[in-house]
Amino acid sequence: MRRLTIVAATAVATLLLTAGPTFACGGLIGPNGAVNLLRTTTLAAYHDGVEHYVTAFQFAGGGGQFGSIVPLPGVPTKVEKGGDWTLQRLIRETDPPVPEAAFFLGARAASSAQVILQVRIDALDITVLKGGGDEVGAWAKDHGFRLPPDAPEVLDFYANRSPIFLAAVFDADAARARGQSIGDGTPVHITIPTANPWVPLRILALGKTGVEKVEADVYLLNDRQPALLPDPNANGLKLQVSEPASASLLKDLRSDKGMGWIPQHAWLSKIRIDGNASDLRFDLAIDASGRGRPSLRDAGLAPFGPMQPPAPWVGWVLLLAAVGVGLPVFGGAYLARLATRRMPPPAGA
Amino acid sequence: MSSVSRRAVALLLAALLLGVVVSGCGASPMRIQITIHYSHYDPSRLTVPHGVPVTFVIVNSDPIDHEWIVGDAALHQRHRTGTEPVHNARPTEITIPALTTRETTITFDKPGVLQYICHLPKHEDYGMVGWLTVT
Repeated sequence: MRRLTIVAATAVATLLLTAGPTFACGGLIGPNGAVNLLRTTTLAAYHDGVEHYVTAFQFAGGGGQFGSIVPLPGVPTKVEKGGDWTLQRLIRETDPPVPEAAFFLGARAASSAQVILQVRIDALDITVLKGGGDEVGAWAKDHGFRLPPDAPEVLDFYANRSPIFLAAVFDADAARARGQSIGDGTPVHITIPTANPWVPLRILALGKTGVEKVEADVYLLNDRQPALLPDPNANGLKLQVSEPASASLLKDLRSDKGMGWIPQHAWLSKIRIDGNASDLRFDLAIDASGRGRPSLRDAGLAPFGPMQPPAPWVGWVLLLAAVGVGLPVFGGAYLARLATRRMPPPAGA
Repeated sequence: MSSVSRRAVALLLAALLLGVVVSGCGASPMRIQITIHYSHYDPSRLTVPHGVPVTFVIVNSDPIDHEWIVGDAALHQRHRTGTEPVHNARPTEITIPALTTRETTITFDKPGVLQYICHLPKHEDYGMVGWLTVT
């Protein structure tokens, strides 16, 4: 118990240091279209064909409502309140606080779309939606939120791959009524069975333009070292940690609420995102299978638009093209060879 | 002249006569469609004559609201700090709700270069700007 208390106190201090009043990996939208997204932290873990998102919304004071839209790679089977220290424990593992600072701060820190699932977690109203970009946009509008101007393109960017979105409405007045203090976070744990885990990154730039900064920390836990796309050391990404997860970390995470699925062995990666909004036009594709082939499509780097199977006539066109090109070339070569054979040897040879 | 040639000449005269009558009426204004997609105007550069009514058909294909406000630099400067939530009282200032189409007819009284801009928060910064040359 004493150990956990220390961990929690340190975690609060670390959160204050990293200043993250956010919903991680989601675009944060106020009723007036204002966006206030600072550094975020999220865990995307993949084990036994299930992706686990653990992220947190931190109460930063103020009033009114704020909304957040998070694209998901599949339909979640469960959305529940996350554990109490998972994110903080991860931060502590990779960014140990300076003892003096931690002590000091620790002392201070005392309708479109089809609705698939709805759940209330503390001051968060969470709705899982299925629909295209237009439908999700209409849902947001119907619920009083003004999306920023880049939202139509960004929503389509995701809906063409996976038309599943999680919309979270944070009621700051309700948070205050519940006695939540500034800095208190509401962790959310989303369980998503999927064969293709990926982490939405482009959504972090929602509502930001040009050189506005996007800052986030993404932790990955995989059964083995994952292959990532794009290069995690370019385009504003920095792979800061890539190593076997320590036994103590896994044990601590496993002891948190709802985290019993954490395996005995795992590979820990930490990716820091620190780049211009205009550059963040991709997601993070993960190949956790060991084949080393993360998907271009999951990274959002494949040609824009839904993937369609080729029409039946395409095969015939390709066949005819092959015959049309191949016949003259190979036939010509064959005839030329025949002619050479029949040609009499040059005089004097 | 053969019967075929006579018929061709008659058809030509009839067509000319019809053209004179239609141009004489001159009632239907010029129609120009502007499509809004991913918070950009298409086309973003237009040229229209002055003294002639022009109907702008503005198609908003986005799931968010937009504006189409056309005018000179002074007008746009006022709108950048304006507080009107919805425009529809003036033909040069139109609000187009999400996934809808609006029409407005304007007669520009003098040549000049104007801009059409969406003044909803951050939309202009995002590139919702077009240029209208009145000749």
